[in-house]
Amino acid sequence: MSGGTRMAKGPLDYLGRWPLRLWLGGVLLFLYVPLATLIAFSFNLSKRNIVWRGSTFDWYAKVFADSDLLLAFANSLTIAALSTGISLILGTLTALLLWRFRFPGKALLEGTLALPIVVPEICLGIAFLVFFADILPWPTELPWPLNLGAITIAHVSFSFSFVALVVRARLASFDRSLEDAARDLGAGEWRIFADIIVPHLRPGLIAGALLAFTLSLDDFVITFFTSGPDTTTFPIKVYSMVRFSVTPEVNAASTLLIVVTLALTAAALKLQGSAIAKTAAAG
Amino acid sequence: MSAPIIRFDGVTKRFGKLVAVDNVTLDVGEREFFALLGPSGCGKTTLLRLLAGFDTPDGGRILIDGVDVSRVPPNRRPVNMVFQSYAVFPHMTVADNIAYGLKVDRVAAADRIRRVDEALALVKLDGLGARKPDQLSGGQRQRVALARALVKRPRVLLLDEPLSALDAKLRDAMRTELSALQQQVGITFVMVTHDQDEALALADRCAVMNRGLLQQVATPSDLYEYPNSRFVAGFIGSVNLFEGVLNVDEPGYAAIVVPGLAAPVHLDHGVTGATGATVWVALRPEKIELHKQGAAPAFGDAPAGHNLAAGTVERLTYLGSETWFDIDLPGGRRVRAMRPNLTRWDQESFAVGEPVWLAWRACSPIILLN
Repeated sequence: MSGGTRMAKGPLDYLGRWPLRLWLGGVLLFLYVPLATLIAFSFNLSKRNIVWRGSTFDWYAKVFADSDLLLAFANSLTIAALSTGISLILGTLTALLLWRFRFPGKALLEGTLALPIVVPEICLGIAFLVFFADILPWPTELPWPLNLGAITIAHVSFSFSFVALVVRARLASFDRSLEDAARDLGAGEWRIFADIIVPHLRPGLIAGALLAFTLSLDDFVITFFTSGPDTTTFPIKVYSMVRFSVTPEVNAASTLLIVVTLALTAAALKLQGSAIAKTAAAG
Repeated sequence: MSAPIIRFDGVTKRFGKLVAVDNVTLDVGEREFFALLGPSGCGKTTLLRLLAGFDTPDGGRILIDGVDVSRVPPNRRPVNMVFQSYAVFPHMTVADNIAYGLKVDRVAAADRIRRVDEALALVKLDGLGARKPDQLSGGQRQRVALARALVKRPRVLLLDEPLSALDAKLRDAMRTELSALQQQVGITFVMVTHDQDEALALADRCAVMNRGLLQQVATPSDLYEYPNSRFVAGFIGSVNLFEGVLNVDEPGYAAIVVPGLAAPVHLDHGVTGATGATVWVALRPEKIELHKQGAAPAFGDAPAGHNLAAGTVERLTYLGSETWFDIDLPGGRRVRAMRPNLTRWDQESFAVGEPVWLAWRACSPIILLN
């Protein structure tokens, strides 16, 4: 491009036009510079996040020495894993129920399914606070990880809706004659489910799981209202640390979380890709 | 018909108020190629699904090999089906698709592999076992569906509109192959189709259905030459229908007065119906001969054994192997006639607007009482 000859610009050659380059630059700036800064300053020698004094791994060492922060991190991952597993099962069953059967109250169930998505999180948070305070008090002295029960239940209650909606959408493209064919070849209901329906749903299941996991991992509002003194999650812990001062320790912890999330997403996308390739033949 | 393997005994199926299958009683023989034929919505597919077990009859019984299977679920019936959409499992290879039914039946792996290979060879898909369905053509996918059903060695193979999704050339080839395949595996085939050519070409016997009712069960030639109703006569092939009154009815002769025809229609056989009754004369287009009007027909004006009517050619449709004529009678009735093009040029070369004689033998018309 930097050569002497000018290239003719096609109508779709957006990057050749300066306003669009500027726009792209702005998008990249506001999306990635904050993240890059966060990661860079986790290696900063200075205690302040303003001046660069040279690089160090001390803050990471400090993170791994901070038992409170590590517990919060472990709590977050445990809650995310549990709520993802439960949401995946509940959400898939709900989607199957709505897809397969007609029953009284079906329209109502379909409507309420979207509620956790549209109701403001703060309202859900307060609702859970009241629920776990007055109606179903969750004992706080339980051994780990049972003490995370209240938060896990709260997370499941909003993330299974997402799973159900994603799986439902995937079910819509299922060819019912495949089910008939499997039955004709001798398969019973469970075999049809395992051999024919689940492989078709795989991309939806992976997408739903990914959604549920990230929703749980970075949830702040609902968790804030359902967590007790011993059941702090990572976002809540970071919030409490930041209230005093933003030290590079917070940066280091956040960077670790980013790495974990990226690794999980990459793994899920890889799974998803192979699942899509496998089911592409349906189209 | 050989010994019956399938028996429908007064089978009825309703969907809400709609009676999809209405009191159908029907036997299908061992090793028979049987076709269920009818317009869409006539109940033929419902009858096939009842046989496969996907639906349960509301009345009557279905017997396979003398055993009542009316309430037996599809996975425990000795029948297998080739679906209209083929329903090949998209996430499995060709070999896995074919092996699926055997796997479900817990056939040992070595035996399974051997049988899958045999089935692949049977449908001429040798060497394609590792392919995925999206790497196959429509015709090949159908072969997978055929192999997948046949590998289970069913007593009866069910085919739902097997040729409808194929293009014309492939359909012709597949027709021949299906027929050969049935001979080779030696089991009963029951096919559903709306295409009369398909049914006539493939089936040993056909059942014609309309509005849930069985209209006629017969061999293809009997369906064509001896239909039992106006519906069957009109559904199978092309037909000219005249409403008339039975005027004379004797053992060796009958005459029917048809409004719009100058002379009564003569028959060389009797009709078992009361004189004076309303009947319908059905005349196939290829059974009408055309003659120039200038010269009297070779057999004279009104010969015994022939019927004669005057008309005018309104339209010619040349189809290569044959030519179709639309001919108007003086009363305004339009008649269709067909002549095979026996020579490369037509000596008589009829032209549009030309007056012609229509002639047909006294044995040609089909007399229908309903």
